[in-house]
Amino acid sequence: MTQTPDAPHDPRGHYMALMAQRRLYGGLTLGLFALLMISGFMLADSRNAGGFWSGLPQVFDFPADVIADTLPKLDRLPGHLVRYFPALLETINIAAVSTLLGAAGAIVLSLLSTRGLARWPRLIAVFRRFMDILRAVPEIVVALVLIFVLGGGPVPAMLAIALHTAGALGKLFSEVNENADLKPVEGLSSVGATWLQRMWLGVVPQVSPNYFSYALLRFEINIRASAILGFVGAGGIGYELRNAMAWGKGRFDEAAAIFLLLFLTIIVFDQLSSHVRGAMISSKKGGF
Amino acid sequence: MADAALYASAERVFRRKRILAFGLPAVILLYLAYVFFAFDLPGLAERARWDNARTLLADTWSYKTHVTRDNRSGGVAVAIEGERKGEYPEGTAPDWVHPQEGGAVRVALKGGQEVLLLPGNGFRWDVPGFGLIEARLEGRDIVSNLPEKGLPEWISASSSRLQVTADGARVSLTRAKTELFRYFPGWELFFFTLDSPYHGHGLGEILFGARIDPARGNLAGTWQDFWGNAMWRHADVAWALFETLLMAFLGTMGAALVALPLAFLSAKNFAPLMALRFAARRVFDFLRGVDGLIWTIVLSRAFGPGPMTGALAILLTDTGSFGKLFSEALENVDGKQIEGIASTGARPIQRYRFGVIPQVVPVLVSQVLYFLESNTRSATIIGAITGGGIGLLLTQAMITQKDWEEVTYYIILVILMVMAMDSVSGWLRRKLIKGL
Repeated sequence: MTQTPDAPHDPRGHYMALMAQRRLYGGLTLGLFALLMISGFMLADSRNAGGFWSGLPQVFDFPADVIADTLPKLDRLPGHLVRYFPALLETINIAAVSTLLGAAGAIVLSLLSTRGLARWPRLIAVFRRFMDILRAVPEIVVALVLIFVLGGGPVPAMLAIALHTAGALGKLFSEVNENADLKPVEGLSSVGATWLQRMWLGVVPQVSPNYFSYALLRFEINIRASAILGFVGAGGIGYELRNAMAWGKGRFDEAAAIFLLLFLTIIVFDQLSSHVRGAMISSKKGGF
Repeated sequence: MADAALYASAERVFRRKRILAFGLPAVILLYLAYVFFAFDLPGLAERARWDNARTLLADTWSYKTHVTRDNRSGGVAVAIEGERKGEYPEGTAPDWVHPQEGGAVRVALKGGQEVLLLPGNGFRWDVPGFGLIEARLEGRDIVSNLPEKGLPEWISASSSRLQVTADGARVSLTRAKTELFRYFPGWELFFFTLDSPYHGHGLGEILFGARIDPARGNLAGTWQDFWGNAMWRHADVAWALFETLLMAFLGTMGAALVALPLAFLSAKNFAPLMALRFAARRVFDFLRGVDGLIWTIVLSRAFGPGPMTGALAILLTDTGSFGKLFSEALENVDGKQIEGIASTGARPIQRYRFGVIPQVVPVLVSQVLYFLESNTRSATIIGAITGGGIGLLLTQAMITQKDWEEVTYYIILVILMVMAMDSVSGWLRRKLIKGL
């Protein structure tokens, strides 16, 4: 707090008045927020096909149906799991390839848009905007357009997710690049290294652990995304899920197998990636 | 001896580096090669529909006006994109369509060419560089002056259908009708449909000119007709965008409100019981593991399609994510501040209010705002699955496979919306965190 020359003679009273005002503003903000939330929920409820309160008792109907369909045919479940495993593999492949391609694109884009490293410093703003646009396009939009042109299958989903990944990772990577030590780059340029050599030998080794950690996080997100895109027609486990759902009540045992596969996959990769990232952080703290 | 050991270890390090430097790219390449065949990329070229791509690209920046002559009644209709909403009223026509005496219709094309739609169910078109094409329907067969063989690829002819495409126009003659498409750049009727009195008037004329529709003021009238445009449905689109934002807002904020108390239960330094902590963590893992897709399916079965379903799906998934993030933030809280507050004789609730909350709020607020931006995108996707907001409009426009200019319009709107959300959340983040 800075002391102004015409400070009031009653500091305590002044402080209390200030606090009261702050509390009032805080209270008003909270009130406004509560009002927004309540009216928002009421509006969303009125626009929904089924009401919230009438639907609430039915929330467990569908899971109950699925379980009721599965339990009598529990012996077939392993068979279903095996049958849908290739589709799951396709979903994971889509996620992995799009993460690889997206990360490769992101490395290039991020280096081109980091101050001090960029190949063409004047074009930094252009590459940044480009990444913003890549990031802003929802995957489903690109995927649906590509499905129209290329037909259904894993390729449209892969391209859509890769484009989005390039934008999303590019932003994170360029934040990492900004903290990179420029001394190796200067050293390399003093011996006449080209831009590509400076980046590959001077910058990438410094930042690659951070790149890897972000890419791993992205891979996990991309598995979810590729499952969703499958649901709109782009192959993989999502597509099988939509077909299994179409069987209708009484035959949800296949859907149950797919739910289970998807759930387990996401959990496994979630735990795996947080474990690996945790190990990387602790090994860094340990000195090397 | 020390030197030898040093050399040996350096050799080892270099060998490992070399293996990594060549081995890793090799593994990645091998994997990509596997995927190349697993995804059947060689077969992709055959499956790809390049004509679809061409229609899509052409449609995003141009539109076509149909001039249709019904071969049975002989009546001629002019309609933009062939839609009822874009039909020219009886007796009016654009200035390049000239009805002639005796029932023929002369249609002017670019560069002074013209096509004559003849009364006897035929047409005549002098294509530059090719020559005069004349075709007629005789009985049930199409007769033309074209040779049987050696036709260029822009003409397709059979006894039941003749189609000629040249110079920004296309004429097709079938048994039922003769139809001419003329292509124009731009998006058709974006501001006003043909039945609006303001169609065809410039901005200056509307703002400063005389009253065009005697019943209404110019500004009010243009707004009414623009907002209620039956072809582009601006009001519905704006509402859909709002619905998508609503889903994102309710889902994110609701998730934050639910996750905060649960995060206290799962943070090591606050949870009173180990079992409770374990339970809360598993709840978070479960919510995240089930994933937005499955939540959307389950919830839309109970609540039907709409923004509420989308908001709840986001809420459930993100409660899991927030719970994990918040509890990590709570575990990193500095204990000294709490101790200091406790030393003044503060009660537990005051200790939380003044010792913990000020430390974690900046972290939580910035996480919530990050999610708000990314959930705007998720809400579009969830809307496409569950049927609500701009996602629904987008999928509907794509399924019809002809309104690509609308698809382009929606895509641009979605991108602008997400970018706007990105800057709003960034601005709020700076503002709030500085203020706290």
